[in-house]
Amino acid sequence: MSSAETGSTGTVGPVGPVGPVGPTGGVHPAPARTPSPWWSLGLLRSELVTTFRRWRTLALLGVLAAVPVLVGVAVKIETGDGSSAGGAGGEGPAFIAQITNNGLFLVFTALAATLPFFLPMAIGVIAGDAIAGEANAGTLRYLLVAPAGRARLLLVKYATTAVFCLVATLVVAASALAVGALLFPLGDVTTISGTRIGLAEGLGRALLIALVVAASLLGVAALGLFVSTMTNSGIAAMATTVGLLITVQILDQLPQLDALQPYFFSHYWLSFADLLRDPVHWDDLLRNLGLQVVYAAVFGSAAWARFTSRDVTA
Amino acid sequence: MEELPAADPVRAPVPVAPDRTDASGTSTGETGPDGTVIATTALTKRYRGGQLAVDRLDLAVPAGSVFGFLGPNGSGKTTTIRMLMGLIEPTSGTARVLGRPMPGASRAVLPHVGALIEGPALYGFLSGRDNLTRYDAADPTADPRTRRTRVAAALDRVGLSAAAGKKAKAYSLGMKQRLGLAAALLQPRRLLVLDEPTNGLDPQGMREIRALIRELASDGTTVFLSSHLLDEIEQVCTHAAVMAQGRLIVQGPVADLAAGARGRLVVTTPDAGDAARVLKERGIGDIVVEEGRVTGEPPDGEPADLTAALVAAGVRVRGFGVERASLEDAFVALTGEGFDVER
Repeated sequence: MSSAETGSTGTVGPVGPVGPVGPTGGVHPAPARTPSPWWSLGLLRSELVTTFRRWRTLALLGVLAAVPVLVGVAVKIETGDGSSAGGAGGEGPAFIAQITNNGLFLVFTALAATLPFFLPMAIGVIAGDAIAGEANAGTLRYLLVAPAGRARLLLVKYATTAVFCLVATLVVAASALAVGALLFPLGDVTTISGTRIGLAEGLGRALLIALVVAASLLGVAALGLFVSTMTNSGIAAMATTVGLLITVQILDQLPQLDALQPYFFSHYWLSFADLLRDPVHWDDLLRNLGLQVVYAAVFGSAAWARFTSRDVTA
Repeated sequence: MEELPAADPVRAPVPVAPDRTDASGTSTGETGPDGTVIATTALTKRYRGGQLAVDRLDLAVPAGSVFGFLGPNGSGKTTTIRMLMGLIEPTSGTARVLGRPMPGASRAVLPHVGALIEGPALYGFLSGRDNLTRYDAADPTADPRTRRTRVAAALDRVGLSAAAGKKAKAYSLGMKQRLGLAAALLQPRRLLVLDEPTNGLDPQGMREIRALIRELASDGTTVFLSSHLLDEIEQVCTHAAVMAQGRLIVQGPVADLAAGARGRLVVTTPDAGDAARVLKERGIGDIVVEEGRVTGEPPDGEPADLTAALVAAGVRVRGFGVERASLEDAFVALTGEGFDVER
């Protein structure tokens, strides 16, 4: 408070009359107050830094990175006696039988293992907390009076969630690749169609698959963001999003609902395996991506309608 | 207006200065036509439950004033502030801030407004400095190149420079309050809206914050200060408005408000009974005898004559004087009821 004390030595000095302050009397330097066109990027950067500095975000990424390690170690132990994984011992995730021959397959296995639940759950946490968490902490009102702008804040939140989708997927893929390379040999990849492609192209396909998996999560991200605009409790928003996710996953298994299932956001998730065909089967892949766009548009609009008209009382 | 209500007898009510804003670079009028920085007409908020939080509020905050917004908890102060800041939509009525309608003109108005609303809200896992950086990044008009300097200056201004690197969750309530205030001071502002700014501060901290408010006001910033502490309003405000149950009870210059109530004659004496008798003989009305003192309505004539009469009657006078009317007296006089707030 040093400056305040020294600055107002009188402490109870007369405040008024203020009177008209001439052009020279204005204490304010009348700063340039035109918004920079790059300002939204600055807000996005701030949002990314804030999100990824959070201990919870790092913990989620840590859990995701641990999944391939567990799978890899389990396969290594199980196949230590020369038997093949996923053979007699029942079904595992897709591609698990190929891991012992080629560590690169751990990437596909890990993504197939985390995509149904771990990855979307992590997205649900981040997206559900995006608005509701700020409301809960009260920081939302200060962002809005800054003024960040409601539509822009929502867009920045969605972009941040999308970045998290990508980072989370890449963390799983990178961890799987590292563990796979460490525990198993790497080499040419045998595609599902039976053809062989080189390791370099195999790595390229792995990266492409990671990108498709990340894109598969955009629908959940929009859903979570919408839920997040409905409540002032971050926990409630996260729980609702994850609950919806589980519900949809269960409904997707009921044969009676097969007419509806093509519209579930998770229905085509595992189509990423089609990228390992030669030539690639694009039908389901494109259906999946199209579905994610529809979900993002529908729930993004709903979130926008809700958030831009809502009373912020927290 | 002989009797000034505030602790500071030099302060006079601030005249409305509509043209003060010429100092700003903006050509758009930033005050209303009548020189107000905040003007509401019939502003009403009814929550979804049907509860009427603010009822046809007509508020006029003159430019350059330190405006005290007073009322007990639940009287609608915070709802009003949230409507002024565009956080909640009025049910009916209009609000203009810096001459522009809210919430419609939020993008143009809010960069010129620093706000502390219902206490500070911080990211506990970020340091104090990073909290300010984050809020500054949310302001579209804030220049990222000067961000570091402005954040440091704001921290220095509220006395938090030494704790700037500490995580906000480790801050005490007073430090959080200061950090919230620093966020409001990241840019030069035309209007500061401070909701209970001294909450959680120790007496020294309160004095520092009040000194800071006076300093800001003397720079020409209009300060809209909500409080439930009457003496706080008396100490720093030039104007005041009183809310109760969602309605505006009174508003105007603090001196005018207090002038509505007369002071009281106070005689401090061990001989209270005798003193009361003498005062009664001299025609003083409304005499109240208390332990060691007698009070009554102030005399119409020369008070010194009363002293002489008391002394002549053998009353041992320890103290004699007319106590100024306080803002609290004014409220009692104006509203006809006690103002039930913490003092």
